[in-house]
Amino acid sequence: MTLAAPGFLSPTGVEIAFLLVGLVTFGAAVLTVTTRQLVHAALWLVVALGGLAVEYLLLTAEFIAWVQVLIYVGSVVVLLLFGLMLTRAPIGRSPDADSGNRPVALAVAVVATGALLWVVVDAFRTAWIDLEGPARGTTAVSGESLFRHWVLPFEALSVLLLAALVGAIVLSRRNAPDEPDATDMPNAPDAPEGARPVGPDGRGGASRRGAGGAGGATEVK
Amino acid sequence: MTDVLDVALRLVVVFALFLVLPLLVGQTEHKVMAHMQGRLGPMYAGGFHGWAQLVADGVKFAQKEDVVPADADRRVFQLAPAVALLPYLLVLLVIPVGPGEGAVGQAVDAGIFFALAVMGVSVLGSLMAGWASANKFSLLGGLRTAAQLLAYELPMLLAAASVAMAAGTVSLTGILDAFEWWWLPWQITGALVFFVSGLAELQRPPFDMPVADSEIIFGAYTEYTGLRFALFLLAEYAGIVVLCGLTTVLFLGGWHGPWGTEGLGWVWTLLKTAVLAFVVIWLRVSYPRLREDQLQKLAWTTLVPLALAQIALTGIVKVVIQ
Repeated sequence: MTLAAPGFLSPTGVEIAFLLVGLVTFGAAVLTVTTRQLVHAALWLVVALGGLAVEYLLLTAEFIAWVQVLIYVGSVVVLLLFGLMLTRAPIGRSPDADSGNRPVALAVAVVATGALLWVVVDAFRTAWIDLEGPARGTTAVSGESLFRHWVLPFEALSVLLLAALVGAIVLSRRNAPDEPDATDMPNAPDAPEGARPVGPDGRGGASRRGAGGAGGATEVK
Repeated sequence: MTDVLDVALRLVVVFALFLVLPLLVGQTEHKVMAHMQGRLGPMYAGGFHGWAQLVADGVKFAQKEDVVPADADRRVFQLAPAVALLPYLLVLLVIPVGPGEGAVGQAVDAGIFFALAVMGVSVLGSLMAGWASANKFSLLGGLRTAAQLLAYELPMLLAAASVAMAAGTVSLTGILDAFEWWWLPWQITGALVFFVSGLAELQRPPFDMPVADSEIIFGAYTEYTGLRFALFLLAEYAGIVVLCGLTTVLFLGGWHGPWGTEGLGWVWTLLKTAVLAFVVIWLRVSYPRLREDQLQKLAWTTLVPLALAQIALTGIVKVVIQ
């Protein structure tokens, strides 16, 4: 992967596209944290994550790009929007969503960015991807490196996600015994005509299933 | 030069299919539903059995006023139909209709992931519409849409993963090249899970809780008029075409058939897609709407375990035959 370092003065088309998409992604990311409308923040996040997927594509990592769209745009943002709509998402500004922690958040963000930049630049300083040769990010190549070289971290991550899943289920089931029965499920008399009555296993309420949903999304990641 | 011409030609063909096939499905739905309910359906537009009804509908939608509610979030409201519709056009680009390189808009290496990822994006259109309309019915519709997507995305992915395991590739053309007839009984559970989850993702009856016209007045689309409303409808029918096409390619062998696969492969693909589209319409006429808790229960307690069982079966058979 280490080739003779090409010069910076004669950028190729792909490099120019990479930079432009990067600028768009950066702009969208900044708008995500500065916009005063909650739902707009989520939608700008879609643009930022989508821009990142395009960057992966430009680096020939096709598989990662589509997984990025599938998991982050398709599931995580939908979950985010779901949460926003369920709680509070007024149209227009939401000034009460601001807190006094802005400077602290900014400092944390700057420090995190610095650390990440330093690590990435230090690790890949002399590595160049040959965009002309055979694609290095196809599904076959990604799968091979994942399950040959990185199989232990992969399995460790799976266990971590499983723990998160179990944790989510435990947390959401804790309140179940002292809840009065059947407050959050449709009673048989109110049910629309044609609907079948809920069996004894149909009780259990939305919270448990909701947690299952969140856990499921986590598991996919 | 020929390369540019080739790409342009492919894009034009896919775009034409994108415009024609959903209308064809829509017209079929008019007629099939009518005959199943003992009616005739549209009979006048265009002369012969009302074949031009949807063209007339399109003209009508185009003439209507484009209203944006005063309290709505203007830009998001106006952008939503495009977000809902465009992903299906992109998915149509990667579905192979026949054998060989020439019969697919653009062969994508990770075809399954591309198709499912992009289909998931189109749901964002409904969410945007539901939120930006500043209408309680729309918001409820958006919420139900999101809940439904989160529940059914998982079984759909798992079912598709089973086929990818069987074929040893995630490319749609690669899967078709590896297809054997006995995959049909082998993957039948996965096929059912995929098709049912896809129906739920498209919010077609009996999974039309998010748009339930009789209780929340078409959900996220309540405030839409004219062309933008028509675009949402078009997205629904394009979704049917894409779902049936994907099911055909993944589970029914696409262009494979008892005979004539060399020259007439595309006929098999279209035929299978058409039969599935008929089933989609049939289900709309015959099943009552599922309630929200039944929807979630079906996904988490039936479809996900079935999909996991299918994956286990695929793995076992795969190991045995190697």
